[in-house]
Amino acid sequence: MTRKQRRLSIIAAAGAVLAVAAGLVLYAFQDTIVFFNTPTDLAEKPSPPGTRLRLGGLVKEGSVVRDQGHEVRFIITDTEHEAPVVYAGILPDLFREGQGVVAEGALREDGTFVADTVLAKHDENYMPREVADALKEKGVWQGGTPTDRNAN
Amino acid sequence: MYAELGHFALTLALAVALVQATLPHWGASRGDRSLMALAPSSALLGFALVALSFVCLVAGYLGSDFSITNVWENSHSAKPLIYKISGTWGNHEGSMLLWVLILALCAALVALFGGNLPERLHARVLAIQGALSALFLAFILFTSNPFLRLFPPPAEGRDLNPVLQDPGLAIHPPLLYVGYVGFSIAFAFAVAALIEGRIDAAWARWVRPWSLLSWIFLTLGIAMGSYWAYYELGWGGWWFWDPVENASFMPWLAGTALVHSAIVMEKRDALKIWTVLLAILTFAFSLLGTFLVRSGVLTSVHAFATDPARGIFILAILAAVVGGSFLLFALRAGNLRQGGLFAPISREGSLVFNNLILAAAGGAVFVGTLYPLALEALTGAKISVGAPFFDMTFIPLMIPLVIVLPFGPMLPWKRGDLLGAAQRLSAAAALALVAALALYALEGGSLGGAAGIGLGIWLIAGTISEVVWRSKLGKVPLSETGRRLVNLQRSTVGMLLAHAGLGVTLIGIAAVSSGALEKIVAMKPGETLQIAGRTLTFEGMAPRQGPNYRDLVGHFVVREGNRVVAEIDPAKRIFVASGRQTTEAGIKSFIDGDLYVSLGDGAGTNAIVVRTYYKPLIPLIWLGAVVMALGGVFSLSDRRFRVGAPRRAATRLAPAE
Repeated sequence: MTRKQRRLSIIAAAGAVLAVAAGLVLYAFQDTIVFFNTPTDLAEKPSPPGTRLRLGGLVKEGSVVRDQGHEVRFIITDTEHEAPVVYAGILPDLFREGQGVVAEGALREDGTFVADTVLAKHDENYMPREVADALKEKGVWQGGTPTDRNAN
Repeated sequence: MYAELGHFALTLALAVALVQATLPHWGASRGDRSLMALAPSSALLGFALVALSFVCLVAGYLGSDFSITNVWENSHSAKPLIYKISGTWGNHEGSMLLWVLILALCAALVALFGGNLPERLHARVLAIQGALSALFLAFILFTSNPFLRLFPPPAEGRDLNPVLQDPGLAIHPPLLYVGYVGFSIAFAFAVAALIEGRIDAAWARWVRPWSLLSWIFLTLGIAMGSYWAYYELGWGGWWFWDPVENASFMPWLAGTALVHSAIVMEKRDALKIWTVLLAILTFAFSLLGTFLVRSGVLTSVHAFATDPARGIFILAILAAVVGGSFLLFALRAGNLRQGGLFAPISREGSLVFNNLILAAAGGAVFVGTLYPLALEALTGAKISVGAPFFDMTFIPLMIPLVIVLPFGPMLPWKRGDLLGAAQRLSAAAALALVAALALYALEGGSLGGAAGIGLGIWLIAGTISEVVWRSKLGKVPLSETGRRLVNLQRSTVGMLLAHAGLGVTLIGIAAVSSGALEKIVAMKPGETLQIAGRTLTFEGMAPRQGPNYRDLVGHFVVREGNRVVAEIDPAKRIFVASGRQTTEAGIKSFIDGDLYVSLGDGAGTNAIVVRTYYKPLIPLIWLGAVVMALGGVFSLSDRRFRVGAPRRAATRLAPAE
């Protein structure tokens, strides 16, 4: 093979690999992306049951109910609307009433949000960024920079 | 006193870095030796100053000097000694100081061991390292100064985030940072070569050991981080495709490609432009990782604190360094002389294939990590891209790489014999295939899991076939085979170990992804639970006092039949200073995998929610990474690549006076 042919064969191989990678990425984007919703988003334009989404807001005070097993029910609120959530599993250490939380899962037919993952991370000043932004938009929460531990 | 000394040393270091970044460069352009000679001495001085500054901050932590804001925010007088030390980098400011310390260390190493480099190249490399140091020192001094005082000083500190009060913090960030920042050496060499417009095999001989060293640390750092997350976060996950993990994984992928392409450049004088591009790209990924973690654009375990000014500053550094080096690459890469020829089926060809796949996989991770950020910036829509995306893109890309991998070392340079290689590997292929089919049929696991384990066995068996072939086992007398084994080059042994290590990791990943079991139940004392052929009995809860925390410990006894085989004591830990709570998982490793128990909330009288996992073969994931790193160490110890010892003397110039 001449130098040119060899170079062309490498370029063709590179093009093929990149095309496959791009195809995989585009294909995966159709199925695997999860959108973030607030309870208000859900109330205004409910997603069809079964679609994976993330639901964020504050855990409503006094709403956490643990049954005898390991199922936990609570309500996520953005103070305008509320959404009931059921979660089977151990809640993260920093899950508290009145604190920010993000739950990932899907809506059930009856409108309950069935979460398979609950995120409430890291420290008591911490608020998931999506939640902080959403609450700020509603004018509910006036904290400084949401994740800024140095502010106080 | 310490704080002022540290602050002053840091300011001086910035001044020295500015000298290091400019004058040697100018000297190299004018051929002025005395200016070029400034480079090594200023690099060493700069390192000494940053080290002094770092020691000052550690001293502040050791002495619990709460008049230093940073110490007050992240420490507590009752904290155990190890966490006082490691707490120094368990926060934004301190971790940036550690970052710059390692950057300065890299420059000092090049200054010390680079005496036999061509003089101009040496000066330019150090100048570029100086410029990087200057940028990050300015970042620390202007936006993230760890030495700010607090008046009046509080009596007690606010304590370190409890999740970080773990030996993992003492090990994980330094390992990871040495890996990340170590690639700055390869970057500086690449940019210097572009400026000089000259690049040859000797350049690769220099870049490769340094890249390999960084790669070893990055491999261990990522593995350590994964293991830490596994035992600390309380639910047994070992990799989350979290953006911050991806931030360390992208430089690893690019660095792995670099370590391989540098071989081609060194041996065959080919792939020059690509290798230079990879060196730039790898460090660009490191910087991107720093930006993602430190700017606060991400919500993550690692985002300590955020401040918009910091994000913009790091973004500016990122844009300047990456943009500048890519621009230079675009302008100058065409001037580099083209290298040797090779056929597609050859050692070079297989390494090119490795690079293609690793680059594509790195690209997929890059897109998945940055797409949510880009989309939010452009449209305001908030999305998350999680594990399913990466499983669907990354894994299909890796499969061909793993299949082709054992062929590479079997092929000679320039022109290879695919049929011969396939014959030598037929036993390995048969073994892998039989093992995968048997697993699928007998264990009834998932097809993917069996295939993954089969691929892992393929890599390990392929490595063994390679040893058999190289030692001519069975073809020559045993003594001759022994002699050949002993005489294997260390770099070959390293390569074989690294490849087998990947196989080991792969088996662990496949086993745990397909065979993990999970049981969540509320248990009362005396109750039992069956998991993976073992019986777990909950014996009750008891309090325990730690140095700065209180534990509530659950006691579990594990039985196989009637025989007690282990005891597991998970705990819920409350830190006295902050009142924060963490879950301390109880983990017991058996030959077939881990039993992992963590405690949840109380559920009614006396009962507590218990989360139990069986994680088959999960230790192999980290063991494989350690074997890979060990392979790197072997390769590094090869006489021919010993750091700083490429061809002696020939080009050495007397140091200018």
